[in-house]
Amino acid sequence: MNLDALSSRLIERFQHGMPLCAAPYQAMADTLDCSESELLACLHGLEQSGALSRIGPVFEHRRAGASTLVALAVPGERLEQVAAQINLYPEVNHNYSREHRYNLWFVLTGPDRPHLDRLLGQIHTATGLTPLDLPMYAAYRIDLGFSLNFPVGEVP
Amino acid sequence: MSGRLQPQQSLHLRRLLEVGLPLLARPYQALAEQIGADERAVLEQMQYWQTEGLFRRVGLVLKHRALGFCANAMLVLDVPDARVDEVGRRLGQAPGINLCYQRPRRLPEWRYNLFCMIHGRQREQVQAQIAALLQAHQLSELDHRVLFSNRAFKQCGGRYVRPAAPESAHG
Repeated sequence: MNLDALSSRLIERFQHGMPLCAAPYQAMADTLDCSESELLACLHGLEQSGALSRIGPVFEHRRAGASTLVALAVPGERLEQVAAQINLYPEVNHNYSREHRYNLWFVLTGPDRPHLDRLLGQIHTATGLTPLDLPMYAAYRIDLGFSLNFPVGEVP
Repeated sequence: MSGRLQPQQSLHLRRLLEVGLPLLARPYQALAEQIGADERAVLEQMQYWQTEGLFRRVGLVLKHRALGFCANAMLVLDVPDARVDEVGRRLGQAPGINLCYQRPRRLPEWRYNLFCMIHGRQREQVQAQIAALLQAHQLSELDHRVLFSNRAFKQCGGRYVRPAAPESAHG
């Protein structure tokens, strides 16, 4: 998708932090030298185009609760159905298929580890597949934002 | 422990925040009304959580695919246990790597203990980037795999707080 100039500036400037105050969109608009209504329209536009997931906090999962990365080796013909089954769990986010025998990868989050263990058991029972449970042991880099100005290989 | 909200109110607020701030001129006022508190108490609670480290960041959360970052690679490496911290720290600082985590092996099914995410616009470009990265860090000899994602079935934030009616969500 092509972003207009304001959307690009908004993304670059406020991915990693935004003002924490009663009228944050006004404060952001002031920074970008536009009006609050222009800024809100821009956010609505990004949301409608599917580019904006949400605005607000990303929780530090070791503080917020428990999480783990899970992989399933799903027979090709069942992938669609198992992915849909997995998506029904509200604790599941970032559910992707990947090119490997372990072809379905998702993150499970919950209030604590026993909650995740119960879910893993339920997923095993519901799909007949043994989940790989890969919790984080150490984080060497955590950066969920990314730069729009990728140096090489620009899409025309 | 917490700011000026009651425990039930602060749990409720966290559930609402997991979905995102409303796109209204006074988003915290709107949240405050939903949890039966005042705007000032909600802002103080947010400030407290921010200082306390509950938030990794506060800002726009984007879906990279919709922005044209369609080549999403997970690089996994089998690093000898004694070296995994050192290699993880080096790769974690390399440009272009968004996430770098150590995770357990699950033998015999899964032998890789270091995970890196790389997002790019084109597959070939990401492949070249990974090859250059491994070479620069003299890691090409390590057993590794690149798992590109081909479909996103779901992309949203984590749900950490138990739903109001526990265990009813998928009984």
